[in-house]
Amino acid sequence: MNIHEYQAKALFAQYHIPVLRSQVATSRQEAIAAAEALSTPIMAVKAQIHAGGRGQAGGVKLCKTPKDVDDFAARILGMPLKTHQTGPQGQIVRKVLVEEGADIAKELYVSFVTDRERQTVALIASAEGGMDIEEIARQAPEAISRVSINPLFGYQAYQGRVLGFRMGLPITVIGAWSALLGNLYRCFVDKGMMQLEINPLIVTPTDQLIALDAKAVFDDNALFKNKDIAALRDTDEEDPLETRAIAWGLNYVKLDGRIGCMVNGAGLAMATMDVIQLAGGRPANFLDVGGGASAETVKHAFQILLDDSHVKGIFINIFGGIVRCERIAGGILDAVSELGNGLRSVPLVVRLEGTNAKEAKQMLADSALHITVADTLWDGAQKITAAV
Amino acid sequence: MSILVNRNTRVVVQGITGKEGSFHASACLAYGTQVVSGVTPGKGGSAVDGIPVFHTVEDAVRETGADTSLIFVPPPVASDAIMEAAQAGIPLIIAITEGIPIFEMIKVRRFIEEKNVRLIGPNCPGIITPEECKIGIMPGFIHKKGHVGVVSRSGTLTYEAVWQLTQLGLGQSSCVGIGGDPINGTSFVDVLKLFEADAETHTIVMIGEIGGNAEEQAAAYIKASVSKPVIAFIAGITAPPGRRMGHAGAIISEGQGTARSKMEALRSAGVTVVENPAAIGEAVKKALP
Repeated sequence: MNIHEYQAKALFAQYHIPVLRSQVATSRQEAIAAAEALSTPIMAVKAQIHAGGRGQAGGVKLCKTPKDVDDFAARILGMPLKTHQTGPQGQIVRKVLVEEGADIAKELYVSFVTDRERQTVALIASAEGGMDIEEIARQAPEAISRVSINPLFGYQAYQGRVLGFRMGLPITVIGAWSALLGNLYRCFVDKGMMQLEINPLIVTPTDQLIALDAKAVFDDNALFKNKDIAALRDTDEEDPLETRAIAWGLNYVKLDGRIGCMVNGAGLAMATMDVIQLAGGRPANFLDVGGGASAETVKHAFQILLDDSHVKGIFINIFGGIVRCERIAGGILDAVSELGNGLRSVPLVVRLEGTNAKEAKQMLADSALHITVADTLWDGAQKITAAV
Repeated sequence: MSILVNRNTRVVVQGITGKEGSFHASACLAYGTQVVSGVTPGKGGSAVDGIPVFHTVEDAVRETGADTSLIFVPPPVASDAIMEAAQAGIPLIIAITEGIPIFEMIKVRRFIEEKNVRLIGPNCPGIITPEECKIGIMPGFIHKKGHVGVVSRSGTLTYEAVWQLTQLGLGQSSCVGIGGDPINGTSFVDVLKLFEADAETHTIVMIGEIGGNAEEQAAAYIKASVSKPVIAFIAGITAPPGRRMGHAGAIISEGQGTARSKMEALRSAGVTVVENPAAIGEAVKKALP
């Protein structure tokens, strides 16, 4: 799960990680009020969306007066902002963060991140902050330092100190830097994060360290432990169909093709998308109804697929396994007759495999409903592609 | 032979009195697996399908000689259950549970490193040596004894591949699900090493997916150290970057972990990469030595 910059900065404040004074605004009036309350000669107004690259895309503006702030808020609020991470349609800006300015002597990069390769948490830092870490890696890979954290002992102050000296930080900030990393690590672990990044972390001319930006990505599996974090979820940043799928416990990701797919198991669901493309079609979504696939989940999955207006055909691919196929076929038939009208115009191809698959296929073929039965994965992919 | 498990393996099921645990303990028993005990703290002294239940893994090991644990306990306490099994001296732990927090798994990895324990999973279907021993949630009947070793990050996609093999008359030596989480106990490389050394395994099927670089590491290992033919399928060529595809580990981030780059790495290591998931069985048949 992702959160907004303003939410991450509120977390930082809890962990004594220095941030600038700021206020979030959802309207022009609130933006003006925030600017007046800050009462400072220079402010940054920043679009709040779940995507990086906001600066380059025109989502951040330096303003001197409340009037400047209002002008920018008027221009950006309610409008889509397109960055290299949003996709071509962009993401609607619903909030802006109005933040006081700061003098910058140096921009640093720092993050804690799950390191899959070494199966631990990595601390990554660079004295070349301000640009994407990928960009730093391309331009100056030698400027990136990396340290593995032992999860049983946690971050140790010497690790920050060594990194700081390696990066050439002034001796006057080394103590604060090392302490800040400790607070950052505590925040990362306490709140169940997969990534926590500050870019840039600035050094001011008076040797203060301040987090100018904040990016936090949470481990969905750890949200049960942190209700405060789960409450930060912003469904405006999600596709409405994905929001409904989550409520129903389905794994759904919307894509841009025309063939809706319903599959049990994540790997098979991906493979089904792949095989549709290989057969000449384009998948409209990833949808995993779970290993078991009950009548209830099948019905909900149908509702989501039918509410996607791009879906012109549906391919159901279920490998029954331990759940008997007649039960799944029964669930499909129930759902189809219940949703009858919505399904009438959409071709439906079903492939069932596993225990009692033969009987299940016969049940589907014998029904009065328009269901095409497929024998194999490839047969199903070809049939649905031909039908759409 | 086979790898990791066989008819002599003695299994303790942790979380045996839960819905999933009791169902699958019985299914494993019915397949012929020696399920010798179960553990649910507080329910020691009871029994599930004739299997004695103990309070602790330590008790189960002492009383029943269990040497492999199968874990079904829910995500908030699953890492604790893995550590309990490791501390009790169980050398092979198979964790089915999906949804364990990543940081918990990072700690578990460190904990078991010092104990010489093999952990399979979590978030996996388990492991089966057909017609001998099934330790997991896979449907037993789709498997057949033979000489193809199967290793996979997925559940139902593995069943699909195995079913294709079985229908073509190609049996399996062992099938191992290593799980779909970003932090897991056993990698492709670990299992490839075991298959390479197993005389009964003649051909290897490897099923990977987007995210991470375990497939790239496997490619490097295959190039250097695997003499047997390897057939691979990588799921997710149509997956968009930055989106998690069901499995916690199935995400393309910052251009890393794409299906294309994994396929290329495997091809350059001499692996037969199948683009069509419906053609895995056929590809194995063609590659038979």
